[in-house]
Amino acid sequence: MTGDHRPTMSKPIHISIPEIALVVLIGASGSGKSTFAKTHFKPTEVLSSDFFRGLISDDETDQTVTKEAFEALHDIATKRLANYKLTVIDATSVQESARNPLVALAKQQHVFPIAIVLDMPEALCRQRNKYRPDRNFGGHVIGHQCHQLRRSFKRLKREGFRRIYTLRSEDEVQRVCVTREKVWSNRKDECGPFDIIGDVHGCYDELITLLDKLGYDIRPDQIVPPGRKAIFLGDLVDRGPKIPHVLDLVMSMVKGNTALCIPGNHDARLVRALRGKRVRPTYGLSESLAQIDARDRKRYADFLDGLVSHYVLDDGNLVVAHAGMTEEMAGRTSGAVRAFALYGETTGETDEFGLPIRLNWAAGYRGAATVVYGHTPVPRAEWLNDTINLDTGCVFGGALTALRYPEKKCVSVPSVKMYAKPARPLIPATHRSAQQTHDDMLDIDDVIGKRAVDTFLIPRITIREEHATAALEVMSRYALDPKWLIYLPPTMSPSKTSSRPGVLEHPDEAFTYYRENGLAQVICEEKHMGSRAVVILCKNGEIARERFGLSEPALGACYTRTGRAFFDDSDLETAFFTRLQNAISKADLWNALDTDWIALDCELMPWSARAQQLLQEQYAAVGAAARASLNATLDALNAAAANGIDVAHHLAEYGARSRRVDRYIEAYRAYCWPVRGLDDLKLAPFHILATEGAVHRDRAHTWHMETLAKLCLADPDLLHATPYRIVDLNDAQSCHNATTWWEQITSQGREGMVVKPIHFIARNKKGRLIQPAIKCRGREYLRIIYGPEYTTSQNLAKLRQRNVKTKQSLALREFALGLEALNRFVQNEPLRRIHECVFGVLALESEPVDPRL
Amino acid sequence: MLLTITTTHTPATDLGYLLHKHPARAQSFDLSFGRAHVFYPEAAQERCTAAMLLDLDAIGLKRHRKALVDYVTDRPYVASSFTSVAIARVFGTALKGQCAHRPDLVTRPIPLRAKIHVLPCRGGDQLLCDLFQPLGYAVTAKAHRLDEKFSEWGHSPYYTVALEARIPLKDLLTHLYVLIPVLDNDKHYFVSQSEIDTLMRRGKGWLSDHPKRDLIVDRYLKHQRTLTREAFRLMDDIPLERGIADSELVVENNLRLNQQRYRAASEALEKSGAQSILDLGCGEGRFAQILSDHPQFTKILGMEVSHRALSRAKERRDRLPPVQRDRIELIHGSLFYRDARLEGYDAAVLLEVIEHLALSRLPVFNRVVFEYARPNTVIVTTPNAEFNVRWASLPGGRFRHPDHRFEWSRKQFQNWARGVAEKFNYRTTFKPIGPVDPEVGPPTQMAVFTDQAVTGDR
Repeated sequence: MTGDHRPTMSKPIHISIPEIALVVLIGASGSGKSTFAKTHFKPTEVLSSDFFRGLISDDETDQTVTKEAFEALHDIATKRLANYKLTVIDATSVQESARNPLVALAKQQHVFPIAIVLDMPEALCRQRNKYRPDRNFGGHVIGHQCHQLRRSFKRLKREGFRRIYTLRSEDEVQRVCVTREKVWSNRKDECGPFDIIGDVHGCYDELITLLDKLGYDIRPDQIVPPGRKAIFLGDLVDRGPKIPHVLDLVMSMVKGNTALCIPGNHDARLVRALRGKRVRPTYGLSESLAQIDARDRKRYADFLDGLVSHYVLDDGNLVVAHAGMTEEMAGRTSGAVRAFALYGETTGETDEFGLPIRLNWAAGYRGAATVVYGHTPVPRAEWLNDTINLDTGCVFGGALTALRYPEKKCVSVPSVKMYAKPARPLIPATHRSAQQTHDDMLDIDDVIGKRAVDTFLIPRITIREEHATAALEVMSRYALDPKWLIYLPPTMSPSKTSSRPGVLEHPDEAFTYYRENGLAQVICEEKHMGSRAVVILCKNGEIARERFGLSEPALGACYTRTGRAFFDDSDLETAFFTRLQNAISKADLWNALDTDWIALDCELMPWSARAQQLLQEQYAAVGAAARASLNATLDALNAAAANGIDVAHHLAEYGARSRRVDRYIEAYRAYCWPVRGLDDLKLAPFHILATEGAVHRDRAHTWHMETLAKLCLADPDLLHATPYRIVDLNDAQSCHNATTWWEQITSQGREGMVVKPIHFIARNKKGRLIQPAIKCRGREYLRIIYGPEYTTSQNLAKLRQRNVKTKQSLALREFALGLEALNRFVQNEPLRRIHECVFGVLALESEPVDPRL
Repeated sequence: MLLTITTTHTPATDLGYLLHKHPARAQSFDLSFGRAHVFYPEAAQERCTAAMLLDLDAIGLKRHRKALVDYVTDRPYVASSFTSVAIARVFGTALKGQCAHRPDLVTRPIPLRAKIHVLPCRGGDQLLCDLFQPLGYAVTAKAHRLDEKFSEWGHSPYYTVALEARIPLKDLLTHLYVLIPVLDNDKHYFVSQSEIDTLMRRGKGWLSDHPKRDLIVDRYLKHQRTLTREAFRLMDDIPLERGIADSELVVENNLRLNQQRYRAASEALEKSGAQSILDLGCGEGRFAQILSDHPQFTKILGMEVSHRALSRAKERRDRLPPVQRDRIELIHGSLFYRDARLEGYDAAVLLEVIEHLALSRLPVFNRVVFEYARPNTVIVTTPNAEFNVRWASLPGGRFRHPDHRFEWSRKQFQNWARGVAEKFNYRTTFKPIGPVDPEVGPPTQMAVFTDQAVTGDR
């Protein structure tokens, strides 16, 4: 055959390979496998046993490391296939024992194993090996390999190879043309919009009503979609009254390319019955067989038999399958994938109604794609971990439901009558959704270890493992039920250190920052000195269950920046929430914002209400020690001076210290007053974070301030409206006025102010996010932070070395995570998705940053 | 911080000789952490007072030594280990008992009065008296309020302290040198082996017979077990196995009760036949260590939420012999999250853990342990709140530990346990731990849950 000189333009040999498959090249040494692989595949797609031998021993022919080489090869092949990458194995694979693990691997990864056999003449192999300096094994080896290869031919199919291509001459090898085909389930290029329709079971009338409701034009001869495509989730047949009508409608739509259809278990069973196999006429099969005309049997069977088990659509964002689909199986091609798509996963046991007990694959689903399925009748279509079951039991007297995609809105029509009696009654809905019940339990794997969280403001925010560890401790030991934690506030950077004498922070630096970033206006809000509080308030106790998924009714939650409950006293908390509810009603915010819950970012005063321990153990303690010690010192120095000893310098110095300590004590005292009841608390809300359906990040701060001012007017004893100024950064007078205001309030013992862009989210001209807020704290306030002595010129010089860069980066990342958490909550995402964001904020807070900034 | 030393010895101005500081001059001394100024507010024949004013640079300290101190710190204003160092530097000669001009005065008891403005007394003025009175001092202490504007905040830990005695000056200085940091219960420097030598040298002749010796040694050596053991050995050759002498409010006789808990739990585990054990909330890993020495328990997984406790547990484990060490795995985790790592074990123990969990979140904890981890046997111990009236040192209504979120009566505990057992199909038995009081029961209570599906009782 080597002398076979055919014209080079002869017919090509087509080898078609699915985009995801395990290709096994089979042939003796010297049969040309590596050259073949190099010609038709990417170098990274080919895993050669010789290459792995070389990796391990520096010698590609070293047979003593064969075992290790194959272990490594298998490992890489597994990872590639798991990553949905075509993989080619370049080893002799002439023995069944060598091929079996590869077939098993393909099965495990749900891809086709494909054999390409290079059955070259033994002489050619020998000849080639002779010219390879590193292949000096005896000719008998090649002879043996060729023998084994020939013995393999008959077995390959039985071993499990789904396609087998054999090339018998060099010429055939030359003529090979390898093409890649999309797997049948791959419809990623179809992006909708879709109307995905649950189990029809012959309910033709309901289907027509539903299509009409969805805007399809129902004509006698055809159904014209409104620029959308229908997807039928299978189980078209059995039980219902008009099975052939349904089949005809779906077949014509599929033929007209206005619908896709996937098979259900009932459809598959009907196919077997129609093809004459013995199937027990149970579960409604008898209705199908009775209604279907004998002449239509083949037509229907061919259609249903040709359906693809499931589809991956919309760039991989949508998966449809009758009984569901796991992330690991979607878009793959094994028998197991088809079985899962048709029947789901069962434990093999049955329940008290005689129905198989299903494993709830959706509860463990973590995939990125939305999965839409049917199969098991449920009282209502509900989301769980971005999967939804649309089988609302139309044939059992429930409803026929469609999901509009990408809108993700359900459209239902009730069934006309109960055509069949369900084995298990459809239990009416409870207070809480399936997702909320599922979310009673979070999984540790969703929070620990190194993580990356994607936010709409910043992609891939890294959470380092050690920080997640710290967050887990805080979350577990102190935080509220995670269902309340839909947001944690970000840290805030101070302005750059001022070089003005006597101060560390000054508004000028904040103004400069925003001016340099291209803003023309900022808003200056007074910064209150209390404790940061997130307040979530429900219109009534039931909202806590229905919207937040708590197991018991509650009025709301008020928690600190680490997610800890603000109030220890539950009566006080209830009174607090009731007052707030009344204020919101009085200000008509429920209606104005069209919501029955509201999340507010606030400062709760006095500081001493929450920070009692810190105050007593540190701030007041230092004041007490300093006062007593300095008084005694001044007495002693005065006595010495009276005795004529020269201590004038010490007297001046310690006199000044004594005055600074007085100012320090004054500074912390301003933020303390006893709390005997609700009347002693002051709440200053400054952001309306979110309400039903909306995160108010697109509203300017002026809107937040004005809306909240109205709210504060409704209960001025409890609520404190935050004073603010709008500053024109390019107007010196405007900046000066704001600075004067800052000087004024800080000299009265107030903490300082926060400078923010007018818009909640601000970017500079280059499109980069800029700080959402910068604080300028007053000179006296900072004594609490840097100690009584910080204002001396030597100390200020030392403190000026601080750097706010890290703090600013942290502030942005936490800001992005906080807003992402709110977004996800408003979009009704699973709790773990919200939790990962607030957990991220807590984790970032454990990054080592100067806590005084 | 101001320390004054007054004498009424005649002539009182001899104090100047003893201290090597001239009464007519104000002097200053540089120290690594600031300055010390010495001057005499009064210097008459009948009465003479020397003052040492310590000028500590808090901001400088903070910026150079990072985490050791805060900017807002009491250190510049109070007597502390900084004061001891200053005494040794400024009055070093006097402390050593050297005086060329008045050698006879060095060892002679003279009337002395030391006044400290101000001294932090962790343990209150009772401890102050307990430390100084046995050494012959008359003690007066004035407590300072935290803030006179907020009288409800109560007193600060700071006292202006006066100590009076007829005593050689070097002894007074020595006592101050050792006992000031003991009262403050802190040291500004790293405490190592050499600190034992210092303590032995300065404590010579008075420490070993002091009634509060153990506390002094324990605090002086910053509670480091290896150092304190060595110090006790040096003092009387008797290796002492004493627990923590003070520090926190120790309401339980911890050592004894803990051991009883361990014994009860490990007996129950033995009886259950379990081989693989979860120690949930393993703390510093003491119980895991005990279990690892028992051949029945071949696999122990300790889980702890406190990262600090967990790293101590790891240190403890790594010191064990290899056979024991290899049986213990330690992980960081929380009882409020479903955790696949906890599945497949024979038994779980939760020793004094549940009372640290928020009551409102117990249902989640119940599911994590009994639904998901689902070992055949679960052992839970928790304080019996009824017994609290028997702890003399526990004020009424207070919990035994500040981190306790609740403490249950026997009935409350049993109700919870029965509810859990019913819901998750376990059988439960109860056992007292510690001496059972006829009226209020035992100090600690234990429940043993057994999976009914496994025991075949179903």
